[in-house]
Amino acid sequence: MTRKTRGQLYTILRYLVLMIVGFFMVYPLIWMVGASFKTNGEIFSGVGFIPKAPTLDGYKKGFAGYEGMTLLYFMANTYKFVIPKVIVTVISATITAYGFARFQFTGKKFSFAVLLSTLFLPQVVLNVPQYILFDQLGWLDSYFPLIIPSMLAGDTYFVYMQIQFLRGIPKELEEAAEIDGCGIMQRLWYVIVPMLKPSIVSCGLFQFMWASNDFMGPLIYINTVAKYPVSIFLRMSMDADVGFEWNRVLAMSLIAMIPSLIVFFAAQDSFVEGIAAGGVKG
Amino acid sequence: MNGKILKKKQAGLLLILPWWIGFGIFKLYPFLSSLIYSFHDYNLFRQAAFVGLENYMKIIRDPLMTKAFWQTFKYAFLTVPLELGFALFIAYILNFKIRGVNFFRTVYYIPSILGGSVSIAVLWRFLFKTEGLVNMMLSKIGVEPFNWLGNPSGAFWVIVFLKIWQFGSPMVIFLAALKGVPADLYEAASIDGAGKWRQFFRITVPLITPVIFYNFVTQLCNKFQEFNGPFIVTQGGPLRSTTLVSLLVYNHAFKSYEMGMASAIAWLLFLIIMTFTAIAFMSQRYWVYYSDEDGR
Repeated sequence: MTRKTRGQLYTILRYLVLMIVGFFMVYPLIWMVGASFKTNGEIFSGVGFIPKAPTLDGYKKGFAGYEGMTLLYFMANTYKFVIPKVIVTVISATITAYGFARFQFTGKKFSFAVLLSTLFLPQVVLNVPQYILFDQLGWLDSYFPLIIPSMLAGDTYFVYMQIQFLRGIPKELEEAAEIDGCGIMQRLWYVIVPMLKPSIVSCGLFQFMWASNDFMGPLIYINTVAKYPVSIFLRMSMDADVGFEWNRVLAMSLIAMIPSLIVFFAAQDSFVEGIAAGGVKG
Repeated sequence: MNGKILKKKQAGLLLILPWWIGFGIFKLYPFLSSLIYSFHDYNLFRQAAFVGLENYMKIIRDPLMTKAFWQTFKYAFLTVPLELGFALFIAYILNFKIRGVNFFRTVYYIPSILGGSVSIAVLWRFLFKTEGLVNMMLSKIGVEPFNWLGNPSGAFWVIVFLKIWQFGSPMVIFLAALKGVPADLYEAASIDGAGKWRQFFRITVPLITPVIFYNFVTQLCNKFQEFNGPFIVTQGGPLRSTTLVSLLVYNHAFKSYEMGMASAIAWLLFLIIMTFTAIAFMSQRYWVYYSDEDGR
C-alpha cells in the first residue's frame, strides 16, 4: 500500500467515525421530532422517524397544559426568572471581574483565593441551609432564591471567566481615558464593556442555557403549580396524567426546548469560543 | 499621589463588595451552618438537638446509604474517564483537516447544551423503554429486548450513557487545546519516523495534560453531585441502583425535612469530593506538563 492510498484510507475512516458518532448524537433528537407527530400507536412500532399518519394531536393536547394554564404559560414562567437572572449575572460578574482585574486593594490576594475556592465548593453542601435561609427571608415559592444570589455575583464561574478575558485586554486605553478625566464607572462603561462584549455575550448565553435547564432550584423553592417553570411542569406531566399519551409528552418536551435551540443556533460561535476560552485559559 | 492610590484602593474594594456580601450570605454562612446542622438532630418542625457524630455513624451503618455513596463513586469514576476519553478521541479526529468541522462540532455539541434539560430526560425515558427506540435498534442486529429501566445495572448504565452523550463541552475544550499544539513538533516527529499513534501519545497527550487535568477535576466534581439524570430518568430505582448521594440529600432534606441528616450526608460527600480534588492537584506534578515551569 502506498503512502497516499493509506492516507486516503485513514481520511475515509475518519469521516466514517465522525458520521457514525454524529448519527448517535442527533438521531434521538430527530426521532423525537418525528415521534411528536406520530399517533400513540405508532411511536413504539418502528425505528423510523417519519410518521406514517402524521397527526397534530400531541401538539393540540400539549399546548392545552393544565387546569387552564397553557404550556406557553409555564414557558413564560421559566423566562420570568431566567431573563432577570441573565441580566444580573452579566452585570454583577463584569463589575466584580473589573474590580479584581484592574485594581489593587488591601486583601486582594485573599479575596481572589476565596473566589477561586468557591469554584470548587459543591452546591450540594449549601442546599439545606440556603433553603432554611430563604424560608426565614420569606422567599420560598418566589423566584428570588433563583435570582438574588446571581445579583451578588454568586456564579463564580462567570466572574472567573470575565477576569480571564479582562486580563487579555491591554490597559492603555483605560489609562488614556483616566488621563482624560474619565471616572471609574465611565471607564467601565465606555472602555471595558465594548471590548469585553464577546465574553459578556457568551457569559449571558451560558447563563441562559443553564438557568433554563435548571431543575433542582425550582424543584426545591417553587411549590405552587401556577409558578412552576416549564421544567417542573414537564416532569409533573410525565409522572402524572399522561399515562399513554406519549406524543403529547414528546411534543411538550420539544416545544420547551425550542427557545434554547434558537438561542444556540443564533449564537453557536459565541458558545464555542466561550467554553474554549474559559477552559483553556483556566 | 498618595490620596489617589488610596482612592483607587477603595474603588477596587467597592467594586467587589457585592460579591463579598453575596459570598457571606449565600456561601460562607450556609457552608458553616450545614456543618453545624450535621451534628444535630434537626427536623424543620422540631427543636434541634445536638447529637454529635450520630448522624455520621448512622450513614456508615445504614447499608442503603452506603450503597448510595458506592453507586455515586462508581458513577463518577465510570462516567468521567469514558466521557473524557471519548471527547479527546473525537476532538483528535476533528483536528485533522476535516471538511465541515463546524458542522460536526455543532452536531456533537447540541446534546451538551440541551442535555441537562427535563425535555432530554423525558426523551431518554422513551428511548430506553423496553419497547423503545434503543431496543428496536438492537433487535435489528439480533439482540433480545432488554428491560433497561427495570433492571438495576441497566438503569445505572442508562444514566451513564446520558452523560457520555453530552461529551460535547469537554470536546470543544480539547479541540481548542489541540489547535494550540505547534505543528512543527509533528513534522519533526514524522521525519524521525514516529507513526500517528506514537505522535498522539508522545506529543499530543503530554502537551495537553493541563487541559485534561482541568476537564478531569471539573467533571469529577460535577459527577459526584449528579441529580437530574437519576432523579428524572430513573427516579433513583430500581432497587436504589441509581439513588446517588444527591438524591439521598434531596430525599432527607425536602421529603422528610431531616435537615441534620441531610447536612451530614452532604458534608460527607463534600469531604469525599475535596479528597479526590486534593489528590488530583497533588498528582499534577507527576503527569501534568506546564510549559512555563512555575505552573499556576
